[in-house]
Amino acid sequence: MDETRSEGMAPPSVELAVPGADEIVINMGPQHPSTHGVLRVKLRLDGERIDGSECIIGYLHRGVEKIAEHRSYQQFAPYVDRMDYVAAVSNGLGYCEAVEKLLGAEAPPRARVVRTILTELQRIASHLLWLGTHALDIGALTPIFYCLREREEILKIFEKYCGARLTTHAFRIGGLQYETYDGFEHDVKRFCDDFGTKVDEYEQLLTGNRIWVGRCKGVGVLTAKQAIALGVTGPPLRASGVKWDLRKAMPYAAYDRYDFIIPTGTNGDTYDRYLVRMEEMRQSRRICLQAVENIPTGPIMAKVGKVLKPPPGEVYHSIEAPKGEIGYYVVSDGTTQPYRVRVRPPSFINLQAFDTMVRGHLVADVVAIIGTLDIVLGEVDR
Amino acid sequence: MQAVLQFLNANMWPLIDALVIVGVFPLMAGYVVLLERKVMADMQARLGPMRVGPHGLLQPLADALKLMIKEDIIPESADRIIFWMAPVLSVTAGMLAFAAIPIGPGFLIANMNVGLLFILAVSSMGIFGIVLGGWASNSHYSLLGALRSSAQLVSYEVAVGMAMVSGLLLAGTLSMKDIVAAQAEKGMWFAFVAPVGFVIYLIGSVAETNRAPFDLPEAESELVAGYMTEYSGFRWALYFLAEYSNMIVVASVATTLFLGGWMRPFASVHAFDFLDFVPVLFMLGVTGYCLYRIPKQTGWDQKFILAIFAGICFVIAAALGMVFAPPLAFLKVPVLGAFWFIAKVMGYVYVFLWVRFTFPRYRFDQLMRLGWHFLIPLSIVNVMGVATALVLHRQAGWSSWVAFPVLLVVTILLAFWLVRAGERRDQQAARSAA
Repeated sequence: MDETRSEGMAPPSVELAVPGADEIVINMGPQHPSTHGVLRVKLRLDGERIDGSECIIGYLHRGVEKIAEHRSYQQFAPYVDRMDYVAAVSNGLGYCEAVEKLLGAEAPPRARVVRTILTELQRIASHLLWLGTHALDIGALTPIFYCLREREEILKIFEKYCGARLTTHAFRIGGLQYETYDGFEHDVKRFCDDFGTKVDEYEQLLTGNRIWVGRCKGVGVLTAKQAIALGVTGPPLRASGVKWDLRKAMPYAAYDRYDFIIPTGTNGDTYDRYLVRMEEMRQSRRICLQAVENIPTGPIMAKVGKVLKPPPGEVYHSIEAPKGEIGYYVVSDGTTQPYRVRVRPPSFINLQAFDTMVRGHLVADVVAIIGTLDIVLGEVDR
Repeated sequence: MQAVLQFLNANMWPLIDALVIVGVFPLMAGYVVLLERKVMADMQARLGPMRVGPHGLLQPLADALKLMIKEDIIPESADRIIFWMAPVLSVTAGMLAFAAIPIGPGFLIANMNVGLLFILAVSSMGIFGIVLGGWASNSHYSLLGALRSSAQLVSYEVAVGMAMVSGLLLAGTLSMKDIVAAQAEKGMWFAFVAPVGFVIYLIGSVAETNRAPFDLPEAESELVAGYMTEYSGFRWALYFLAEYSNMIVVASVATTLFLGGWMRPFASVHAFDFLDFVPVLFMLGVTGYCLYRIPKQTGWDQKFILAIFAGICFVIAAALGMVFAPPLAFLKVPVLGAFWFIAKVMGYVYVFLWVRFTFPRYRFDQLMRLGWHFLIPLSIVNVMGVATALVLHRQAGWSSWVAFPVLLVVTILLAFWLVRAGERRDQQAARSAA
């Protein structure tokens, strides 16, 4: 017990606590430039080779799930944006749809299509940020500026739509609060038209680059079996060759209307995850183009009333966020406040694969693997 | 007194040259940093430094001032003497190498008959500064950075040395001045005669100066700042200066050995004599651009500073133009030569920057594999190729237009074979591991 307290955090696992004669234990983070926030990783090294690792999390814990029990259903919606703050729109969609399911309400068609467009733009924005930081970790200094330039265009669309750029709170339970602004279709279309060539440019810079391939191929391999056993979802799962995407498997919003493919990899290494995400950006662009062609007219809000009092019961609803399956388990006791909200955060569960992926690699690969998992600590710690 | 005067009289020009180097060089390194930041900004769709002076022109001075007045911190557990000594060693090695570099035929501190060896020896001393600095800091990250650095330098020194040998075989001398003379005599830069050697030198020199994509010792995303982690203020500035001086030294060596030193392009072709006017026109162009930008500056101080820069550029242009006056014709070769030399060095440095902002970073084992499995064998093959070509040319009477291209093709074929062999070895290793 005393040991636990002196560590300050969770008790260290036995194998990390007692290094052998030729081994050292080093600590990366929580203030390390490439642990993407406040992740702390303890590494047991044999020379530069990694024998074991332990992720120490919780530096960003804010008790989001507990807060939910003291807020009304609508009041809690902005909080979910602050979990995965680089993909706030996707988080919001998951929560809104979960509560709608609990209420037995359904958003009108127009709202669903606009939701789809914004969520797909958010996926592109999130993947762009991932690409930039991942490349920066591996030492390519330039792509992040190109990625941020394109992401800026998406954030501008968000800002025009709902006034916020990062933690948007774009959707409401039951539909949308705001009509789309004049020229929304035009903006989305223009972005998508430009973006097609931009992705090709990034690929030119990295895909065939010998150094990039050398740093990514065979690094952090996750087999399909391991990935499923660890509960990994999202691009890391698909890169391992499992064709599982909730947009196809259990369509939500308006995804059943559009034609897109789910890219998968074969080796499950960092390079495949890179290729999968690049292709996902292209597919997201395709979805946006199809959706923006034909946005149905009609109301944007279902009749859910001002005070939400879902009947007692429970519901689990999950969507395909940029980082994987984000799920909300909401329990209602019939009052205006949820009895319990449990979030299944993709970053947290994907991070479990870290130790499996990192063993036997070098210290330099650690940053590549943290980057390729695409974690956001706000979501890991909640 | 008499003896001192005599000494001064006999060594006046080298001493003046040395003073100019020591005085101007740090400034030049500062402006290389500005150049780097501007080039980086340009490649990354940004503006770069714009605040300190017009277009950031005073940024190097502001940075230097800031670093000098910063608090000087020495970690408590550091070895104070060595901690103090290490950056000084690094920067001394970098600047000492300049003694043997000819910036134009008239601007050479010491015309040694072992010039190239001297530069190689002295600039390798810089590694002591890095290793000692990393060790004296008494920190894990610093030590790891220092060890990586020394391993890297030692491995790439071999390839760089062999690449230099291919140039030396062609020149037949180690004196920097005579190397340029040999290229003048041949009428061709050695970069075209031994291109493989030049490319190996280019790669090796990037690795030797610890620049991206070989900047593992200071890999920001892994080791924070490598051997410099514990340094701050002026000591850090010295390391920084050492890095940039090393860059300029390797660029100067490459210029001298492979790019014809102070000779202008097509030096022996009279049809291209108009190129002699390029330096003057270039500086006049810069002056004109500065003048053009003056009205667009905000505030009289910015306008004034830009006007000063325009004035400096104009003075340089005038100095370059003066040599066309008949009484000053004897200055023509040294002055224009200095311009061409600096222009070539800057071009070489630009390649460094370009590479840095384009490529990801190598992993340590990949870096070592590239050095030992590819560059070193290739450089040895290249030396043998150049030597064979020389023998065929001199003894067997082959035309140099036949001998060198044939051997070049053979060398390149061998290079491809080396790459293939390396890939096959990796595949085998992967298979045996799986």
